[in-house]
Formats: sequence, structure tokens, C-alpha cells
Amino acid sequence: MVFNGKAIKYGDNVDTDVIIPARYLNTIDKKELASHCMEDIDKDFVKKVNAGDIMIAGNNFGCGSSREHAPIAIKESGISLVIAKSFARIFYRNSINIGLAIVECPEAAEGISEGDTVEADLDNGVIYNRTTGKSFETKPFPEFIQKIIANGGLVESIRRGDIK
Amino acid sequence: MSMTMTQKILAAHAGLDKVEAGQLILVSVDRVLGNDITSPVAIREYEKIGVKGVYDREKVTMVMDHFAPNKDIKAAVQCKMCRDFCEKEQITNFYDVGRMGIEHALLPEKGLVVPGDVVIGADSHTCTYGAIGAFSTGVGSTDMACGMATGKAWFKVPSAIKFILKGKLNKYVSGKDVILHIIGKIGVDGALYKSMEFTGEGVKELTVFDRLTISNMAIEAGAKNGIFEVDDQTEAYVKERSDREYKVYKADEDAVYDEVYEIDLSKIKSTVSFPHLPENTRTFDEIGDIKIDQVVIGSCTNGHYKDLAEAAEIIKGKKVAKNVRAIIIPATQDIYLKAMENGLLKIFVEAGCVVSTPTCGPCLGGYMGILAAGERAVATTNRNFVGRMGDVTSEVYLASPAVAAASAIAGKIADPMEIMKEGK
Repeated sequence: MVFNGKAIKYGDNVDTDVIIPARYLNTIDKKELASHCMEDIDKDFVKKVNAGDIMIAGNNFGCGSSREHAPIAIKESGISLVIAKSFARIFYRNSINIGLAIVECPEAAEGISEGDTVEADLDNGVIYNRTTGKSFETKPFPEFIQKIIANGGLVESIRRGDIK
Repeated sequence: MSMTMTQKILAAHAGLDKVEAGQLILVSVDRVLGNDITSPVAIREYEKIGVKGVYDREKVTMVMDHFAPNKDIKAAVQCKMCRDFCEKEQITNFYDVGRMGIEHALLPEKGLVVPGDVVIGADSHTCTYGAIGAFSTGVGSTDMACGMATGKAWFKVPSAIKFILKGKLNKYVSGKDVILHIIGKIGVDGALYKSMEFTGEGVKELTVFDRLTISNMAIEAGAKNGIFEVDDQTEAYVKERSDREYKVYKADEDAVYDEVYEIDLSKIKSTVSFPHLPENTRTFDEIGDIKIDQVVIGSCTNGHYKDLAEAAEIIKGKKVAKNVRAIIIPATQDIYLKAMENGLLKIFVEAGCVVSTPTCGPCLGGYMGILAAGERAVATTNRNFVGRMGDVTSEVYLASPAVAAASAIAGKIADPMEIMKEGK
């Protein structure tokens, strides 16, 4: 999996309430959720995001509510990959389960600034900041999780009989 | 290899003799829970899997609590989607308006969780049932969908932090102060991916309801679960509500923990979490004059009868301060009824509080008490994130029922000890 995009950067403890405020949880429409993505932390996000962009964040990204609407809204907004210093655990598994690519890499999260052009090759575990010329190494996912992602999410894994 | 309480429950449900931290396992679940916000997404995913029916129509559980009674047309559509699904799948544990309560107060009350169970719920506060010795954890809607279809969930076996409790709580100090104190100490990601295991002499000094509050907020420290050792109080609570056989798991004497904390309950003071993270805790020696506009007493964290009784003790015979809206939300129908029979509701209404039907409502900024720009609330809820209860410039201060009640009377964040002194 290779990703290319511009970085949109946030800080520590970005919670799912600011990713998709609860007042919009009265719908499961993906497009509508995406139209309010990041609204309470960054009103301009939906205007500035382009398909393929990469979200960069600090520690404990996605903390709080278990709402899967949060990774759904991020994915549907066009973000192709989230790189953070660390993720909250429910957000982490939700992202894997719905097929939103995410990777923990503190060095990259530190070494990439808003607007940088980023290239990420997760198969080979390399994140490259094209703007600064710096590259960072990441750890690959465990095999079990790679399989879920390769199948396109947990639902497809069950359909294919990989999880019984 | 020795195991923690959590690891033993997970091993048993994975059909393994042993598990160790970091291992990925597939676990059989005893209950799969969802609410009116998360279930619609789960139902959409479930339909894609294409199974003939849910794995167990008694174990799949849905509670309409977040935006119910329906807050608007869209919420009505979501509740209807859940209702129709449960009808079609003949789900026995479907709880709708009139029978429902806030899910994490309702499930233990109905005896739907017993010690040793594995429960997954598409709601982050599913970790509440650790209070009665179960492994329970919040997941997403896709996990819920797959859980409904297969009765299984994948987990990475967590390592653990051990909290050895000792001593006894002081007057007007409760489980809420204990967990806020702990989160203040270890931070909102202090237990990320880990179990919080509570043990020690002090456990028996905490009621089951204090423990439910403590386990409920384990997620606010990033934890996978927060589990208490089972004792006589737990067993009495469970036997009163369920006939199911259960199994008590104890950690091995030589189980390994990432960290061990000793918590002296007698040293914990009334604690308030300032905006906008639960870890921003202060005690009254560090809290100045902070005027408030609203008080909320309720939620899955603190909507139990015990919580309402503690608030009523402080509010009785007094009046809510001018310019403060005090909203009381019993967590379940049974709690509501008991509060009515025992005169609590009368105390609240006479003081100028409003009493609501059970709902999560204002806790997550849904409805029934939304804050305008710049307004402040003291709430017994669990999160004080930016915009959590309304406008992005509003503020939520997390506190115990006693502090919330005292604050409603004082019109500012107030120490129950002071209010009760003045009252005499």
C-alpha cells in the first residue's frame, strides 16, 4: 500500500467528539458525516482536504467515544492515511475494521508539518517527507491484521471465511 | 506463565490454557451490545455479512438510550431501524422507551452480566461491567456486526496496571472522586491498550455502585477494561438479579503488571476535572470562584440510585441558585421509580431541579440540556472534551453527584462539605 498526499496536522488527544460531533450522529449517511468531519476542532478542514491527503496527529488520536462514524467520516472526507504518535484503542480497531489505513509512527508525526508533501509505503514500512527530504521507518502490522486489511475489512474477512 | 484477571477470562473464552500480553486471539462473547447511535451502522454492516440470523437472539442486546425518546426525525428513523431489526431477528433483549435505561446502568441491573463474562459493546463505556468481575470493553459498530453474526471478537491480550486500594472513603467522597483522582494521576492515555485491575483491602469499602462508576471511566484513561476483584458484595448484587452460573477469576499471585499503584481511599478528596480533558483534575484547595449555568446529575457514570440519594441529601430543603438549571436524570426506569417512592424526586422538584426520563441526552451534547456559547456546567458525566455538551466555547466540569448538587445550590463549583456546614 502506497499513499501520496499533503499533510493536515493536529495535536494530542484529538477525540472522536471533535472528529464528528454527536449532534450529527442522527445519521449513518457517510457523505453527510464527512461534511462535518473535524468541525469542532478545525472548521476549514472540509474546505481544505483533498482526496489522498494524509492526516498527522500527536498522542492518543481518536480517544473518547467508540463511534465508528469518526473513522468513517475521515475516510469519506478523502483522507487516505492517518499517521499519529499513538491511537486510542477503539479508534485503532475501528479503522482497521472499516479499512482506513492508520499507522503509529512518533518520529514521522513529529517530523511532518502542515502542508508537507508525504509519501508512505506501508508494505516496506517507509514514510518519506518529500518537502524536507526526511524519511522515517514504521513497523508492519501483525499478520492477523494485515489479512483483515487485505480483505478490505472485518466484514469481508468473515464473508470469506477467514474468521469463523 | 502467570496471568492477570483479564488474561484468565480471555484465555477461557478463547479456549486456551494460557495467553500472554500482546497475543492476538479470537474470543467467544457472552453478550453483544449496541445503542441507537451505533447499532444502525452495525445493522448496515451485518446485512453485508449475509448470515441467516444472529448467533444468539438472547445475547444480542440493544438499548435505545442516546437520542431516545427520539430527539428528532432522524433519531426516530435510527431507533425504528433498530426496532425493526430486533423484531425481525427476534432479539429478546431489546430495550425501548418505557423499559430502557442508560445501557451501562441497565445491563447490570437486569442481571445481563455476571462475573467471568466477556461482553463487547458498541459504546466506549461498555468497560463498566468490570465492576462485577466481567471482561467488558467498548468496540465499534463493525465489531458489533461481526459479533452479532459470529459470537466472536478479535483481541490483542492486554498487559495490566494494578491498583491496590486501601482505607475508606471520607464523607461526601465517592467512586467518582477515586477515578478522577486516578485519571489525574496517570493521564488520559495512562492506561492506553491496558487493563486496569483493582484489588486490595479497600475494595470492600466501595459499594458495587462506586465500583461501577470507577470501571465506567477506565476508558477515560485509555484502558481496554477496568476490572474489580469479585467479593461478597459483588456476589450478593449478582445473585439478586441473575440465576446464571458464573465464574470468579482471580489474578495469579505472581502475575506481572506494567505498573502498580497504591491508592489510599482515605486520602482522596472531592475532585473536579476542568475543561477540556478528564485528566485536568483539581481539588477544592485549587478551585477558585467559578460561576456555573447548569448542573447535570445522571449518565452511565453517575445515574444510579445511590448517586441520586447523595445529591438529594445535599439538596434537601434548599433551593437551586438563581440562574442555574439543574437537570437530574435517573439512569433507569427502576431507579426513577425508587427515587419517586422514596421522595427523592419531590426533594429535587421542590428545590427547583428538573427531572428527566432516562437518557444519555446532554452527556454527549445530544439534547435535554445543551450549552450555549461560553456557558459552564458541572456534570456527573464522563467527558469534558471541547463541545461535548454544546457550543465549542462552552465548558464542562466533571464531578461527583455530591459536588454537582452542592454546586447547583451555590451557583458556583462548590465543596459539599462547605454547603452542608452552611446549611446547619
